[in-house]
Amino acid sequence: MCRIGAIKSRNYIHPSQALLLMQSQQKGHDNSGFAMVMHDLGGIFEGYKHLPTLSMACTDEGLKIAEDILHAAGFQRVLQWVPETENRPGLDIIAMPNYVFETFDYPRPYKKASKEEKEELLLDIRLTLRALEEDEKGFVYSFWPDVVTLKEIGDPRDIGTYFKLWEPDDNFTARVITAQCRQNTNYDIVRYAAHPFFLQGYTALANGENTFYLKNVEMQRELHRGYIGFESDSQCFLYSLHYVHRELKWPLIYYKHVITPLSFEDIEMRDDREQLLAIRQSLAHLEINGPNTIIGVLPDNSLFTCCDAKKLRPVVVGRTEDTVVVSSEVCGINEILPGRNWETDIYPDEREIVFIGDNLEVQRWKQ
Amino acid sequence: MEAMRVNDVTPNDLPWKIRYDASRCTLCGSCVAACSFRAIEPKVERRRLVWSESDYPEPKQRFSAVPVIRQARSIQNYCRGCGICEKICPNDAIKPERNPDTRHPIITRCLGGDSIKRGGRKNLESNTRTLDKIRVGRISQMTDPSLDAQRHTFDMLAPFGRILSPKQLPFQVDENGKLKTVGQSPPVRWIYPVIIGDMSIGALSWRMWEAVAMATAYLNEECGLPVRMCSGEGGMPLRLLKSRYLKYSILQIASGHFGWNRIVKAMPHMVEDPAGVLIKIGQGAKPGDGGLLMAQKVAEHIQAIRGVPKADLLSPPNHQGLYSIEESVQKMFLSFNAAFKFRVPVAIKVAASATSVSVFNNLVRDPYNIVGGFFLDGIDGGTGAAHEVSLDHTGHPIVSKLRDCYLAAVAQGRQGQIPLWAAGGLGKTGDLAADAFKMMCLGANGVFTGKLILQMAGCVGNDMGRCNACNTGLCPVGITTQEPQLAHRLDPEKAAQNIVNYFLAMDQEFKKLMAPIGNSSLPVGRSDALVATDKAAAERLQIQYVC
Ligand code: SF4
Ligand code: SF4
Repeated sequence: MCRIGAIKSRNYIHPSQALLLMQSQQKGHDNSGFAMVMHDLGGIFEGYKHLPTLSMACTDEGLKIAEDILHAAGFQRVLQWVPETENRPGLDIIAMPNYVFETFDYPRPYKKASKEEKEELLLDIRLTLRALEEDEKGFVYSFWPDVVTLKEIGDPRDIGTYFKLWEPDDNFTARVITAQCRQNTNYDIVRYAAHPFFLQGYTALANGENTFYLKNVEMQRELHRGYIGFESDSQCFLYSLHYVHRELKWPLIYYKHVITPLSFEDIEMRDDREQLLAIRQSLAHLEINGPNTIIGVLPDNSLFTCCDAKKLRPVVVGRTEDTVVVSSEVCGINEILPGRNWETDIYPDEREIVFIGDNLEVQRWKQ
Repeated sequence: MEAMRVNDVTPNDLPWKIRYDASRCTLCGSCVAACSFRAIEPKVERRRLVWSESDYPEPKQRFSAVPVIRQARSIQNYCRGCGICEKICPNDAIKPERNPDTRHPIITRCLGGDSIKRGGRKNLESNTRTLDKIRVGRISQMTDPSLDAQRHTFDMLAPFGRILSPKQLPFQVDENGKLKTVGQSPPVRWIYPVIIGDMSIGALSWRMWEAVAMATAYLNEECGLPVRMCSGEGGMPLRLLKSRYLKYSILQIASGHFGWNRIVKAMPHMVEDPAGVLIKIGQGAKPGDGGLLMAQKVAEHIQAIRGVPKADLLSPPNHQGLYSIEESVQKMFLSFNAAFKFRVPVAIKVAASATSVSVFNNLVRDPYNIVGGFFLDGIDGGTGAAHEVSLDHTGHPIVSKLRDCYLAAVAQGRQGQIPLWAAGGLGKTGDLAADAFKMMCLGANGVFTGKLILQMAGCVGNDMGRCNACNTGLCPVGITTQEPQLAHRLDPEKAAQNIVNYFLAMDQEFKKLMAPIGNSSLPVGRSDALVATDKAAAERLQIQYVC
């Protein structure tokens, strides 16, 4: 089973914290990969928050093709950061030849474009770039302002060593980091298929199994051009989040009503039964099933977690004054917030969303 | 010796032969009295007994006249194999036996010069049913645990009514961050996923109809299962229309529009809305044919409810409109939606056909959102009366057609917007829960069933030519007859109890199927939970082949 975690802090934090958070939960996964998405970037990216950053693992050829596509579209590179790697023998990692983070300025005609227009452009470009996946020339995990993604196949500890992520520095930091250590349940390890998944400012990761995967996929495929791939059932969670929050523009609590609707009996007893029933009707195919815990990040960098309707997967939220940590297992939180008051830890139930806004106030929303 | 006339009808020409054991018969006459088809009759036979009492042959003989029971030799009063004589005989002296050498299909046509009519279902079974080649093969075991059928709660409801796409929902976010409704949506009712199919009050005896209505009310009010029954064409008793039980009924209108006059007149007196309206365009058992109620069944109360004289009542095969059928159907939809002020969902029932997907696509794309359900009826559906040639040879199996319609909706991202309801031989083997469950996995929101309901009440007909005499008005168990003596054979309370018990058993069985795949809501579209042991079926239905 995968283990998932997230850190949100007032201060910029280094990915080594995410590695620590995940390492103590090591027995729960098979060490077949590590992935993380960082939002609200510090360090070298801090000055470029408004410009999109490409996160990509690729071959030399893939890099060239990607850059050509971006240049042809009118993007101008303003920053490139290639993490220094240490390819010691014996490391369990199947890395691509290059891992690059490049920040671009928008094409000239888009300088005055609205936020929406820019966001659609970024998605289109990313979808174009995803064509590189076909012959494994490259994997574009995100192309978005103030967001970077790192995914690799191998032992998370060795991935950390390879990218020198165990040594904290001020260059590569963020206020929100979500991370996952992988338990591979597919026979083939698909590079892309490690959550967190990212789409237009939204990140989602989950541990569990979505037995309504097929239903979700069949529905989502036609809902939005960005809903593609479906390499993992966790993508379904992301796409539903994106659809409910961004496309339908409904408040986040309705995401919970969509993926784990209340029973008809419970709906009947509510004042908002008319709306809840309509949601259950119209979005029946986005319901999820099976054991799951989801962690999500919204475009405004708020963080949340919720569970399946039967709470078959655990999750715990721990906090201090300036940091909140969400984790599959409490031992992860103990590792990075050893001095916290554990009495304030929250073990979310199956009918709530635990939401952490920008002021770091932890809210529990009853579904 | 009499001259033999080879064209005379003899029991050997008929589908059933009566086995009669004179030595056990006490001549009580019960069988003759009970046979509603007059297929057996008392007769006196001349018998000769020869004996000898001396040491060497010295034959003596005696003639006597003995009363016996004999099978009628007629294509009018032929034995239907219903077995009522056997049931009633206290001495096991009589029973029908299937005659594999029957010439019935030929001689009936030769002698009558008319097509053969009967009730029941398709009687040509050539191979195993597709549904029996499908199993629920995805069992939750490790990472996603299965549920406990006894202890978990299950949400077993299906929608009836037009469902809007998420973007069409008339919602606005209010100042508290809550969604509020700012416009109209079509009405949707969440009901039990098995609808008691449309059997008219003319086709059924009033006692049977009462039994179904009673069972429906009991299931709703005492068992908490929101089961709906559909009236069938021909209206409903006024008392029911004006009662609060109307909310459990779906009113049907078919091409003959029988009974609607009365319904329209009753509208101002209705205290509840009906559960829905079902416009019948076609029927799986006899696609392309309208309804048929033979004159012998048009009893006085039927004449009153339908507002017709005693005559054969034939509904035309189509809903006629000035311009086109589509236009008239659309008008009907609009007028029925309007008649109940858009509070009652209106659905359509069609016979499965090679063209069903195009029809469905048209409806799914309709911009007015007026179609609240697509009821698809396959070739194995039952009927009270039809031409045998239609029953056996026209129509389309339901399984692949339902799947096609679902996948057509999926291709447009419109699954669920027009709920799909399937029928046509479901529960034929007696196990409706399994059939319904598999149909749901293939994309149905629910199923409807008629023939099986009759079988619950005691119908002895089957798909191998037994009985199937519903068209004659002589139903031996009082289900499809308007003859008072026959109708009284049916105990409505017992029939209702059987229906209720069957539904309770089925409800349990649904849970036993939902639990192992870990579903607490109905498995609509979960084709990933199915596997097929037949390659062609697997490929056609897009499910996993296993062997
Ligand atoms: S089986 Fe039925 S139809 Fe045939 S003789 Fe007996 S009662 Fe009559
Ligand atoms: S028993 Fe009655 S309902 Fe059943 S097949 Fe015979 S006539 Fe029809």
